[in-house]
Amino acid sequence: MCLSVPAKVMEIEGEMAIVSLGGTTYKASLQLVENVNVGDYVLIHTGFAIQKLEEEEAFETLKLFEEYEDFNKMLDEEEKEFRENKNDLH
Amino acid sequence: MKYIDEFRNKELINRLVEEIHHVSKQEIRLMEVCGGHTMAIQRFGIPSLLPENIKLLSGPGCPVCVTSRSYIDHLIALSKKEDVILTTYGDLIRVPGSSSTLEKERAKGRKVKIVYSVLDALQMARDNKDLKVVFAAIGFETTTPASASAILTAEKEQLKNFYILSAHKVMPPAMSALIDEGIRIDGYIAPGHVSTITGSHIYEPLAVTFKVGCVISGFEPVDLLKSILMLVKQKEENRPCVEIQYKRAVKIEGNLKAKALVEEIFTERDDWWRGLGILPNSGLSLKEKYSHYDAEKQFDAAIETLREDKGCICGEILKGIKNPKECKLFGKVCNPSDPVGACMVSNEGACHAYYRYRRLEL
Repeated sequence: MCLSVPAKVMEIEGEMAIVSLGGTTYKASLQLVENVNVGDYVLIHTGFAIQKLEEEEAFETLKLFEEYEDFNKMLDEEEKEFRENKNDLH
Repeated sequence: MKYIDEFRNKELINRLVEEIHHVSKQEIRLMEVCGGHTMAIQRFGIPSLLPENIKLLSGPGCPVCVTSRSYIDHLIALSKKEDVILTTYGDLIRVPGSSSTLEKERAKGRKVKIVYSVLDALQMARDNKDLKVVFAAIGFETTTPASASAILTAEKEQLKNFYILSAHKVMPPAMSALIDEGIRIDGYIAPGHVSTITGSHIYEPLAVTFKVGCVISGFEPVDLLKSILMLVKQKEENRPCVEIQYKRAVKIEGNLKAKALVEEIFTERDDWWRGLGILPNSGLSLKEKYSHYDAEKQFDAAIETLREDKGCICGEILKGIKNPKECKLFGKVCNPSDPVGACMVSNEGACHAYYRYRRLEL
């Protein structure tokens, strides 16, 4: 019910916009949002744009990759240590 | 950035799963309270990626599932009026009332129309001035602003033949009620699109009063796993708090314009939830000032509501006490083509999601 999908704003005419969702275009109301421009991505819910999506924040979430470099190194070292200890026992 | 594919990246998913397994030591019970999360979790097979000590529960996050049978009966009664076009989101059409469904009424020739948006209902009102168009206004905080916007448009255009029957609800009272009832929940995977509108502060009392962590999550596998990891870390470090994982769509303050609009049009009232009963200030009705759009007040409708079906455990499923496979009716007399309870009708209901994605495991 709360399903909302990201769509790109293609045209704006007054309080209505044409948005593109995977190549298909729909009409959506801009009555619930502010400062939306052509080219922005918005979340669409039951024919209304309910929020502008923040590209910077999206990249921030995906930056997890970098954080994981360190975490993976740590895991690799732990594993190495574990193997070495095991070999010592033999 | 397309906002979907990037958040389904296999390598990122594997790394998140690895970290969850590494960090999670204690038993932890996490509940989602959004039908979209229920679907996504089953669809992407998230439970199968998690260690055994992490239990995922589905809560009362599907508006169709928690809506009362008497509301459906009310819609059916309205649809029987000669001069009424009843408009509804598709989700509601097959939900059983006491003796019929909107779908069955439509088959008898009643004017029941499925709309994708309340904007379509408004258009029907403009196009059919000799008839009365009633919109079945259900949904949580995400959906309410659309109904509010429609009322405002009707007011601007002086539309005299548009009405709504409100069953709009707000989430926080239900989230608190579950904890109050003593259901063990260590953390909430908080609803992403509800929070897009409300902002994150509505969950603060849960973290402060009940010491239950809340992480507002997106709907892709990377989002869900990251949110689960954040909740696991909160538990392991004993610091329940409100955090936003879905930052690309959710701001702390929410959508101020939409909130102001809802506040202008609606007022809180006590409301009934399947499984939870009557919860104070958990529903929304039109303010007196807008009562000329209120189908509850503008139409006489005789409704006789029967008790819920015996054997159906939707109420317990909605509270996370039982899961669908514990219901005797599940997959036998109750299935998506002939549903007994609301949780099987709505494609965001826990029973429907289980039936669709996990039937073979059961």
